[in-house]
Amino acid sequence: MPTDRQTMIEISGVSKFFGSFQALKDISFTVHDGEKVVIIGPSGSGKSTILRSINRLESVDSGSIIVDGMNVNDPQVDICKVREEVGMVFQSFNLFPHKTVLENLTLAQTVVRKRPLHEAKEISMALLEKVGIAEKASAYPAKLSGGQQQRVAIARSLAMNPKVILFDEPTSALDPEMIGEVLDVMKTLALEGMTMVVVTHEMGFAREVADRVIFMDHGCIVEEGTPEHFFTAPTHERAKLFLSQIL
Amino acid sequence: MAQTPNTQIKIEIGEGAAIPVKSDSGLFTAWRIAFFGAILTCCYLAFIKPEPYLEIFKFVPDGILVTFKVTVGAILLASVIGLVAGLGRISSNRIINGTASLYVEVIRGIPLLVQIFYIYYALGRFVKIPDMLSAIIAMAVCYGAYLGEVFRAGIQSIPKGQMEAALSLGMTRGQALRQVILPQAFRVVLPPIGNEFIALLKDSSLVSIIAVSDLLRRGREYASETFSYFETYTVIALIYLVLTLFFSKLISLMEERLNADR
Ligand SMILES: Nc1ncnc2c1ncn2[C@@H]1O[C@H](COP(=O)(O)OP(=O)(O)OP(=O)(O)O)[C@@H](O)[C@H]1O
Ligand SMILES: [Mg+2]
Repeated sequence: MPTDRQTMIEISGVSKFFGSFQALKDISFTVHDGEKVVIIGPSGSGKSTILRSINRLESVDSGSIIVDGMNVNDPQVDICKVREEVGMVFQSFNLFPHKTVLENLTLAQTVVRKRPLHEAKEISMALLEKVGIAEKASAYPAKLSGGQQQRVAIARSLAMNPKVILFDEPTSALDPEMIGEVLDVMKTLALEGMTMVVVTHEMGFAREVADRVIFMDHGCIVEEGTPEHFFTAPTHERAKLFLSQIL
Repeated sequence: MAQTPNTQIKIEIGEGAAIPVKSDSGLFTAWRIAFFGAILTCCYLAFIKPEPYLEIFKFVPDGILVTFKVTVGAILLASVIGLVAGLGRISSNRIINGTASLYVEVIRGIPLLVQIFYIYYALGRFVKIPDMLSAIIAMAVCYGAYLGEVFRAGIQSIPKGQMEAALSLGMTRGQALRQVILPQAFRVVLPPIGNEFIALLKDSSLVSIIAVSDLLRRGREYASETFSYFETYTVIALIYLVLTLFFSKLISLMEERLNADR
């Protein structure tokens, strides 16, 4: 584990309630610069909630989350500044349907990063090229397949030059034959050294790409370690059970 | 509880072989009969009995223009009010939300005619404003409440993920609303706004009560001079019919155009 690197995300003692239901229980973990962390666990274990807490799409009730030196829950901190540095890719893509593929990429660059449009377009075309979808630049998202839409969504978040990207089950809404093309893009990103936190059920991806695997259950981190450790010799019963069901 | 087997009547919705592709073709025929029927009737009456029909047709066009001005002015102002009210209704700020909700509830609970009187005489006590402007304001204040609900529903119909995606890219709420949510909500609210426009066109006849020379009032002026009440109101009704049919067709054509590029 590259502990000598800079800390990108530091989560300590985070708890979160939905009404009286506790979705996160005293969660702590750290993500270093360039690290790829994969979070797995059964449905309802709090994977999405912790991921969405990192860019404050959910606010937490206690504990602290520091991203690139900024305290996410500090009212003094401009949350938009945090979000500029933290990309997010959703299960349901969430492309803007009223904008073309290219406009999906240029929008935040011009509005948030204040880049001139021609520069934003250049950057966007290069990214679309990279995810293999440049020929669809002027199409509307509805005309694209799920796999293509998700690749656009990844490019859209890359266009902001984030320091870390969060993926929440990016392939779960896809037809099986399209999962590969999205995972390939994510693997390329990983090879280029992007810091990534990925919630996924793709165990092959976790094994191949992850520096570290975090297993969650009932709002707790139950097991944390390298993929070799986790997939071959998990210590916790819940983790063993989960693996036996999913593999 | 035991599951009862589903032996109840089931309505099968198939590919729709029995339903014609242009499913509103029946309506379209009705529209054509009404629209061209009304126009032909007007022409026929003016030709067969120029006295008084042709006279009436010469007398009322000023009123049509006023009706049109009041309607367009009111729908524009009402859209602005409605947008503000709709945004207020979904605001998480208690005071803004409460104010917007109160406005909607109060206005929807008072008859339009009462509101028109009220605003005309209430405004008149403090400032001297032209009658037509007063009428437009009254109509807009009333329709703003209805459009507020239209905008609220329109904005809420946009999936939550759209706002989240925009925020996660670093946009502020305001930017997300302007760039992502409202452009999509606009498509959703256009058909209901079109319906409100037609309703407003008809309701605008109420302003004839407060010294605004709209179509209905011009008719009344003519009728009370000539005592040809039946003929006058026949013409007035036909003109309103042609106007509303014309605009509802125009609006549905606009909607088709708008949906064509999706
Ligand atoms: N907005 C909400 N209001 C109430 N409860 C919620 C809300 N969001 C999540 N929860 C609950 O919190 C728990 C954790 O949810 P979360 O979405 O983080 O699970 P998950 O691990 O991502 O599951 P999945 O694999 O199904 O996506 C669940 O029990 C869920 O019902
Ligand atoms: Mg989830």
